[in-house]
Amino acid sequence: MKRLFLFFCLVISTCLHAQKFVTEKAYVSFFSDALVEDIEAINRKANSIFDINKSEIAFLINNKDFEFRKSLMQTHFNEKYLESEQFPKSVFKGKVLGFDATKTGLQQVKATGKLSIHGVTKDVEIPGTIEISGTRITLKTEFMVVLKDYNVTIPQILWNNIAEQVKVTVDFVYRPFN
Amino acid sequence: MKRLILLLTFAGHQVYAQDDLLSELEKKSDDTEYAFATFKGTRVINGFSVETKGKGELEFIFAHRFGTLNEGSYTLWGLDDSFVRLGLEYGLTDRLGIGLGRTSIDNTIDSYLRYKLFRQSKGTSSFPFTITVAGTINYKTPSTKGEALTSEDRIAYVGQLNLARKFSSKFSAQLTPMIVHRNTVEQSYENNDDAALAFAARYKVTKSVSVSGEYNYRLSPHTDSPYFDAIGFGVDIETGGHVFQLVFTNTRGMFDRWVVAETSGDFFDGDIHFGFNITRVFQIGKRK
Repeated sequence: MKRLFLFFCLVISTCLHAQKFVTEKAYVSFFSDALVEDIEAINRKANSIFDINKSEIAFLINNKDFEFRKSLMQTHFNEKYLESEQFPKSVFKGKVLGFDATKTGLQQVKATGKLSIHGVTKDVEIPGTIEISGTRITLKTEFMVVLKDYNVTIPQILWNNIAEQVKVTVDFVYRPFN
Repeated sequence: MKRLILLLTFAGHQVYAQDDLLSELEKKSDDTEYAFATFKGTRVINGFSVETKGKGELEFIFAHRFGTLNEGSYTLWGLDDSFVRLGLEYGLTDRLGIGLGRTSIDNTIDSYLRYKLFRQSKGTSSFPFTITVAGTINYKTPSTKGEALTSEDRIAYVGQLNLARKFSSKFSAQLTPMIVHRNTVEQSYENNDDAALAFAARYKVTKSVSVSGEYNYRLSPHTDSPYFDAIGFGVDIETGGHVFQLVFTNTRGMFDRWVVAETSGDFFDGDIHFGFNITRVFQIGKRK
């Protein structure tokens, strides 16, 4: 009996352990489709935590880790647009709705929460997909960010170079956090 | 024993339970932050800044100095005369750059290597300055008339260390000790070796416009030297891939040998040249 109890404790505690998942592989990109040029940047150093019991999710992106095809674009992105010295991080924190931790396979979900970019925090609703396979969870989403909403201003001379809204693509693979 | 196991199994998840998800992420991503964009261009005014080009970036520099303002209306305040330097700088890595230029003054070719030794950073590993070292060779090309100078006579070397600190997102300052060696000089009033200390600073007025100043203090001028310390003031305007630097300076030189050792204008007597540096950057190589 005691042994059974002990075993039970062990099982429970390991289950609880796996309630939190952290990013094993991260891919965040944004794409600006403007008249003169397309601008794309990729960040593979983003961090995210997903609490499947509470359905809570958070991710944190260092703006300086976005890599551009041109070094100069990267400098301008940090110096003039995102002002990364003042606002080094972009952050999302919210809840995942419609997620069932017991279901395997692809499921459509929705995240609602607060997205902070460039010192401005907005309530957002982002649709996405989650897939559980083994001990890994894959989260994918795509959404638009309107630069003006986050006080990111584009000089008039570059209106043809930078789009007013950019497409953000997120692809996270989570592993159990222990 | 059993109690211990019980305790251990429960202790495990206690640690993570209370913290908010975001603060956990903050802890995970605590990192070193490097200063960037200390100066807009690779030149402050006449001399190098600590900035090197990114890997695979090619910068084309078109620099121009007119005659002096005090020539008056006859030469349209110096605009009739002009001195030009055409230059290229390429980033072999994010820290190592190679450059080549040609100046109309003395028909000189200059070639240099620059390496960013340290980067200003804060966080896990912090360092107060960005330091770039540069070595330049100047060569006065011979004319077809055949002068008495040998090729060795035509060569000059410059070694320098640029130490810069970005104090805030707006204000950066730089100190540059440097040595100029010219193989052949007019011994009666020139040194073969000249040392100088250059002070430079810039202040950003808006996101794309900054003002800058540069003072080149000669540490050991020849006692009979007819030359002056080089002084310069400028406005940098950045638009996408271009940087326009409009400058006022008492030197015609657009490279260190001339700026340090052969600045002939007296700034306070109105020997001021208007000029500009225009740079255009192309990404020609892959970054990775």
